[in-house]
Amino acid sequence: MKTCLVVDDSKVIRKVARHILETLDFTVEEAGDGQEAMTACLSEVPDVILLDWNMPVMSGIEFLRELGHTTLPRRPKVVFCTTENDTAHIRAAIDAGADEYVMKPFDRDTLESKLQLVGVA
Amino acid sequence: MEMTPIAISALAGLLERRTGQQLNANRRWTIETALKPLLRDLGLETLDGLVIRLNGDDRSPLADKIVDAMLNHETFFFRDLAAFDHFATEGLGLIHAARAERRRLRVWSAGCSTGQEAYSLSMAIAQQTRFQGWDLGIFATDVSGEAIARARSGLFTQFEVQRGLPITTLMRQFDPDGEQWRVKANVRAPITFLQHNLLSPPPPGRFDAILCRNVLLYFSLERRKAVLARLREAIAPDGVLMLGAGETVLGLGDCFTADPQVRGVYRPA
Ligand SMILES: C[S@@+](CC[C@H](N)C(=O)[O-])C[C@H]1O[C@@H](n2cnc3c(N)ncnc32)[C@H](O)[C@@H]1O
Ligand SMILES: [Mg+2]
Repeated sequence: MKTCLVVDDSKVIRKVARHILETLDFTVEEAGDGQEAMTACLSEVPDVILLDWNMPVMSGIEFLRELGHTTLPRRPKVVFCTTENDTAHIRAAIDAGADEYVMKPFDRDTLESKLQLVGVA
Repeated sequence: MEMTPIAISALAGLLERRTGQQLNANRRWTIETALKPLLRDLGLETLDGLVIRLNGDDRSPLADKIVDAMLNHETFFFRDLAAFDHFATEGLGLIHAARAERRRLRVWSAGCSTGQEAYSLSMAIAQQTRFQGWDLGIFATDVSGEAIARARSGLFTQFEVQRGLPITTLMRQFDPDGEQWRVKANVRAPITFLQHNLLSPPPPGRFDAILCRNVLLYFSLERRKAVLARLREAIAPDGVLMLGAGETVLGLGDCFTADPQVRGVYRPA
């Protein structure tokens, strides 16, 4: 089974994402901010990370840059997952190393298509 | 909202006469949801009221609206990605070899809905250096005038561009336009959108490739055969046809056969 780390400071969003991901046969881990996500990655690298932008302690973009400087056994795919849909934000996410980008709210089909695009579904 | 079987039969009959599409027992009940916005716009309470307003006129602007609302326009960019990619590379590869001299490619997206399939084709072909400098024409048709108007606009919502389109492709091939995204002129350029009914004679010319995906499934067996015969008229003798995932020509007459070499490609028999 593939693993997905859902990183979001909203418990509700984590729950929704977890539900969708479980119907897509993923094992799901959760983190409430970038720092927690980094800790999770260091203990076990997931196949894919669903990453929120705005979070306390460490934002999604900070996490992504941090991830770029961290040596892990392998690099997880990263799908940015945010309410910002302007080109500046998208560009910044891609530049920081995001593989895909999905705007909230999303449905199952959308998430599945994004996971297919990064090659984990 | 009250529904009477008579009103539903009348509306299903209209859809069938106009498009050949059949509403099976399950889909009959979705009529209510599909027509709700239209009823609201018209200030009507019931489907009976709508049928009375329609007054038996199959060709009125109101009839157009009703038909549009009842059609399933579900589509997305690069639908069935693996099969689509395979067709765009291997299927069109057969045409590339056969047209190397003339360097001309004509594709028909038959039942194109709001245009995602045609735009995906345009992007997939532009990406292949072997087609650079070729005379490319993509003909995209649908029976629904509303769908064609939207396709022509090249404007897509956030929701629509999220389904199937890689983010880097979105950034490269689209420009933000308010809350929406507009496809760039170079992607739009080779495509001609036209309202057309697949049950009527095909557009003129012979197409090297035809995509008719997720359209046949709503037709009766007889209509499917009739549509395939139309596609047979429209395709070049060495052309390639692609159907939707799970669709086949098996049991639908002898107009097309599966290509023995390339999976998912049908050839005129
Ligand atoms: C489910 S969509 C499929 C769109 C696209 N080919 C795809 O696979 O994503 C089916 C489309 O077929 C169109 N259609 C239905 N009957 C038709 C007919 N008789 N002639 C042309 N188009 C028709 C509908 O209006 C609708 O837009
Ligand atoms: Mg947040």
